[in-house]
Amino acid sequence: MKKMKRIQAAALASVMALSLTACQGAGGKSETQGGSTAAATQKETEKPADQTTAAAGKTKISITFRNDGSDVLKKWFEHAYETYDKKDSIELDIAPITASEGDYFAKVALALQSADTAPDIVCEDTFQLPSDVAAGYLTNLSSYLKDYKEWNDGTFYGALVDGVTYDDGSVYGIPYCTDTRGLWYNKDVFAAAGLDTNWQPKTWQDVLDTCKIIKEKCPDVVPFWCNSGVATGEATSMQTYEMLLYGTGEQLLDNNKWIVKSDNILKSLNFISTIYKDGYGPSLSKVLNGEAGNIASREYLPKGKLAISLDGYWMTGNYKETGAAPWPEYKDKLGIAAMPTSEGQAPGSITMSGGWALSIPNLSDQKDAAMDFIKHCMSYDVYLDTIIAQGNIATRTDIAKDASYSSQPFMETCTGFLSGAFYRPRNSQYTTVTTHIQTMVESVVSGTSPEDAMAQYKSDVTNSVGAENVVEK
Amino acid sequence: MNKKQSGLLEEAKKSVLLMPSVLLLLVFFVAPILLTVYYSFTNLALSGENARQLKFIGLSNYFTMFKDRTVRISIGNTLVFLLGSLIGQQVLGFIIALNMRNKNRVFRGIVGPIFLAGWIMPEVVVALCCSTFFGDSGTLNQIFSFFHLPQVEFLFAIPMLTVILANIWHGTAFSMMNFQSALDGVPADIEEAARVDGAGPFQTMIRIILPCIKNTIATNTMLNTLSTLGVFGLIYMMTGGGPGTKTLTLPIFMYRQAFISQQLGYGTAISMILLVIGIVLSVFYTRIMRND
Repeated sequence: MKKMKRIQAAALASVMALSLTACQGAGGKSETQGGSTAAATQKETEKPADQTTAAAGKTKISITFRNDGSDVLKKWFEHAYETYDKKDSIELDIAPITASEGDYFAKVALALQSADTAPDIVCEDTFQLPSDVAAGYLTNLSSYLKDYKEWNDGTFYGALVDGVTYDDGSVYGIPYCTDTRGLWYNKDVFAAAGLDTNWQPKTWQDVLDTCKIIKEKCPDVVPFWCNSGVATGEATSMQTYEMLLYGTGEQLLDNNKWIVKSDNILKSLNFISTIYKDGYGPSLSKVLNGEAGNIASREYLPKGKLAISLDGYWMTGNYKETGAAPWPEYKDKLGIAAMPTSEGQAPGSITMSGGWALSIPNLSDQKDAAMDFIKHCMSYDVYLDTIIAQGNIATRTDIAKDASYSSQPFMETCTGFLSGAFYRPRNSQYTTVTTHIQTMVESVVSGTSPEDAMAQYKSDVTNSVGAENVVEK
Repeated sequence: MNKKQSGLLEEAKKSVLLMPSVLLLLVFFVAPILLTVYYSFTNLALSGENARQLKFIGLSNYFTMFKDRTVRISIGNTLVFLLGSLIGQQVLGFIIALNMRNKNRVFRGIVGPIFLAGWIMPEVVVALCCSTFFGDSGTLNQIFSFFHLPQVEFLFAIPMLTVILANIWHGTAFSMMNFQSALDGVPADIEEAARVDGAGPFQTMIRIILPCIKNTIATNTMLNTLSTLGVFGLIYMMTGGGPGTKTLTLPIFMYRQAFISQQLGYGTAISMILLVIGIVLSVFYTRIMRND
């Protein structure tokens, strides 16, 4: 009898241990599908299973994008639909995903794997595009582009067309925005600190010196803000780390191998470390938060609680009447300086550039209708409205010449940055490497030494991409 | 119909009646576990070339795991989190149960539910409550400032301790209830006999009460171990595994690898470590129980 009990107990124990792992797997999955993060991932995206035929026999096309709290993209698609001449035969299903950036890509990747959940149009960050193409998730648009006049007559910027062209030479998305980055600063704070309101640092040291003065003269103001956490995802990699690394003259890849150890990586991490060690950065609870970018641009900078923000041009979209944080005087109160190279070496300043594209999932069953709607979304009038509202840089050369677009504050400067812009590696491993960059930056910010953080990065990247794909310098 | 036949019929009946639950277990429980084990030997990915062609890559994920610094860090973190939670939950749960013993029903009726509140709350709510409690301008810091104590960024300065405290708050009631029913089962006459023989309260505790509830302690430890090993939501929502890797436990590391770095195969391989830790500890506890 006693033996029986023992066996039972042992069996029970192992069943419980097993169930633990089972729960793990399931838990992980549900987390991405509808789960919750600090940034409150909501479930508002599931679309009806039957997407082909809608109530009135209309063709239904669904469109998925990331809801970041502003509704400019939603308005774009709504406006496009209202002005669409095929409105009577097409029904539009707007299905945004409310999620942090990292979760958005995971949710999209999951949705694209099944015909039941794949939308007909999806917004893809151009860095995620090669990876999703390699996975076979996206439709090759080449045949759809043959009769797309604007595509073939050079209306779209060449560099951006390259950005959506995969290794096989085919196009997998229509770029709808691009961007440049720089140092935004609040002129009121600069004036209060006795600094020149026409600021252009020449080196990283200049930036740190300015931070020091601001900290001394305006102790209540956060001198410097850059995305620094895992929660802010790609923004941390691109707006912060890569802006620094590429400013040292080094890039992420050398001859198609990932650089995992170098003096320039250390130099970049040391800059970040100095910002936080010397108290120039915001409190960690603010910056290691999924909402960090929005807190800086919508709250701190306009209210004069922040002096300098390393961020992208789209930030100004917040300040327009239609934006999330209207700031009527932003044209005069805000300044933009180019991000200097580390020691001011040529070319003097640097910017990274990226952008987003509209793609058609491979499992969409309404590809023709979807492509037609994309063309309408990108047509001159519809697109002009949204690109101004988004506060982004247009991908069409003819829009760039439109007075209502080009007369926007800072537009000329930020478009000017484009000429020497760097783009992220068009490499399908980047999606994985970028997450390791984020961990590395967050480690430094929270007190790990740059050397240890780099060692961690080396281990992470080597494990992910294989020792044959990395190099030390 | 003879006796043997009716016995067979009875067996057959039982088997038929058991079929549905066995089937459900196989489909929703055994199959996913086996599939998970299989995936840990593949290059399954969420995106990229590997997503298109699922390949069996043998032990490659496991070799990577042994070289991975982060795996070692997260195993360490998981054990710290486990040990902290276990000790906190059990000691606190036991003390509360002991203090509530022999108190009148009104007292128990009022105090019990207060502790239970932490337990019946869904994990999301617990995480939210604790985040606001330990936050920069949260309740605890406001209490600190009232007494002119320095402000502490709990979630960043001492993140591991903070999530452990949150988990203790969440899980103590469960231990309390287990210990309560065990303590109620300790025969009063033995205790009285001990007292008559001159045993002090401390001696009664060590020699009478603890040996009587030994099995409950072991079971409770095992249940708590298994549920603590799997804690994901609480930590993910409070710190996201950060800052850096300071609260990166295995479940969070697994999630990050599988869904953020999009390496599903590697993520499942990491979950196997959890399975192994779970099995080892369970066997360990059952061994202890057997020794009585």
